[in-house]
Amino acid sequence: MSVVVFTRSTPDTAAKVEADASGGVSWGDASTVVNPWDEYALEEGILQAKAGAGKAVVVAIGGELHNEALKHSLAMGLDEAARVEDAGIDPTDSLAYATAAAAAVKKIGDIDLVLFGKESVDVGSDQHIVQTARKLGWTMLSYVSKIVAVDYAAKTIKVERMLEEGKQVVTSKLPVVISVMKDINEPRYPSFIGIRKASKAVIPVWSLGDLGIAAPLPRTKVVRYKNLPARDTRFELIEGTPEEQAKVLVDRLIEEKVL
Amino acid sequence: MSAVIAWVEAFNGKAIPATWEALAAARMLADTFGVSVAALIIGEGGEALAAETGQYGADEVLLCADSSLNNYRLEAYAGVLTALVQSRQPRAVVAAATSRGRELLAASAADTDSPMLGDVLSLSVSADGWISADRAGYAGKVLSETVVVGGETQFVTVRSRAFKALDPKGGAAPQVSSVALALGEDQIVSKVERFETEAGTVNLTDAAVIVSGGRGMANNPKDAPADAGDAAVWKARDGFANVLQPLADSLGAAVGASRAAVDAGYIPYAHQVGQTGKVVAPDLYIAAGISGAIQHQAGMRTSKIIVAINKDKEAPIFKMARFGLVGDLYQIIPALTAEVKKRLGK
Repeated sequence: MSVVVFTRSTPDTAAKVEADASGGVSWGDASTVVNPWDEYALEEGILQAKAGAGKAVVVAIGGELHNEALKHSLAMGLDEAARVEDAGIDPTDSLAYATAAAAAVKKIGDIDLVLFGKESVDVGSDQHIVQTARKLGWTMLSYVSKIVAVDYAAKTIKVERMLEEGKQVVTSKLPVVISVMKDINEPRYPSFIGIRKASKAVIPVWSLGDLGIAAPLPRTKVVRYKNLPARDTRFELIEGTPEEQAKVLVDRLIEEKVL
Repeated sequence: MSAVIAWVEAFNGKAIPATWEALAAARMLADTFGVSVAALIIGEGGEALAAETGQYGADEVLLCADSSLNNYRLEAYAGVLTALVQSRQPRAVVAAATSRGRELLAASAADTDSPMLGDVLSLSVSADGWISADRAGYAGKVLSETVVVGGETQFVTVRSRAFKALDPKGGAAPQVSSVALALGEDQIVSKVERFETEAGTVNLTDAAVIVSGGRGMANNPKDAPADAGDAAVWKARDGFANVLQPLADSLGAAVGASRAAVDAGYIPYAHQVGQTGKVVAPDLYIAAGISGAIQHQAGMRTSKIIVAINKDKEAPIFKMARFGLVGDLYQIIPALTAEVKKRLGK
């Protein structure tokens, strides 16, 4: 069973991200990392491809920035990488992303499982994941915290999904698109040999023409990024014995009408 | 009909709180467009819910009742919604940005090549009728102003607690019309085997009050039993169960945790607040023994009032807090629980 994992580069999780006067966004000289949720998808991709005696391909949609995430993925042990870049795709427009992602999966061919991390922290969205499944015409299994079993002969999969009220156990026919939660596995660190191999890898770049599709019609657009409204900077240090601290805190919380 | 459709999400037959917030957002959009709000209820036993939707702003109810729809499944539900959007071409479809709402609307938006603004914090409509929204971007560190630029029906999911539900009003129950089932059981390839609910937990994203514990939970003065294995893990788990939980119970609060506490095995992942956990926005967030790493802040910075309890007065969490208590959480939390019970009579 061969697997495609989608990833992207996002600013280091500790980076300070700010909007600038022209509505753009910047994170200074902070580095980028693999989108934090994707580490789990990449690890699961390696595990599932190995268990199913297939290959694991990692794909990013967007500009050169995303080569970082692809190289990290190769260093972790994914077999192949590709990047889709075209002026006709705005990756923040989920439908455009999904159209390109589905076409990339078809181009790679013979894939039974597509994996995503739960969401992309930069776009702040998971809707492109579900939409990729719909554009492929495959079943979507979101928020998966465990792949319980895969039956390669019968082409079925059983997973646990993590929802607000608890855990749902679902079976489905392959192929499927899965988004994974953090506790599905422990992502490995890239090995020294893996990093050396990845640094030499030449990553193919596919245009929409290479994928055999026309530019999708634009549906949404980010007009500008804005900084968060300033937080209330008032601060009160409550001192005294634990009992005195507790009493004053409850007074204040009642005054603030949150109790 | 050109209405705004609001999907009414229920669990075990009861509407979830966020669904009334979504209905309020749908009402606002419908009033701007000058059209009605149609509440969509999928699954059997929706008649009781139908009357309730009228109290929260719906003009009419579309009911699709079939036993195959009683357990939510994306394929079955998206089949119903997509067929409805295709036949009725509503101006907008709105739902709460829950696990189900996000995927259901995303699926139907894809099926109909429609625009979608997901997990929005605020909404407005331009003169030419396109919806514009502020959304959280870059792990909540900035806002992205996103607009619809094309398509017929505009799909929107609203973040929990970002919109206020309308005050319930009386009056006649809305008219209910039936909607046909879209897919037969043999056309649906996913099957739900079982659902395991965690007893007694409060949903973090709905909660008005959250009490969270971090690495400091391991400083429990109680001695771990000799057969406990890792003493720090035992102490922290005991602290979550017997010190933090009683405070949460007295406040009707949900229990959260930092990634450090989850990764150390102190509490299950479902409780994690932060960049790789849940994003919450309660009225009151009490952080006990949490240093406040930027990744944790990503999950709770929009809380209205933050209280920090930490023995290290230099902890970054104090920079976000409205009220700070420097000291041992194992002394302060029990004192706070006693005070809350005394004052609120709970």
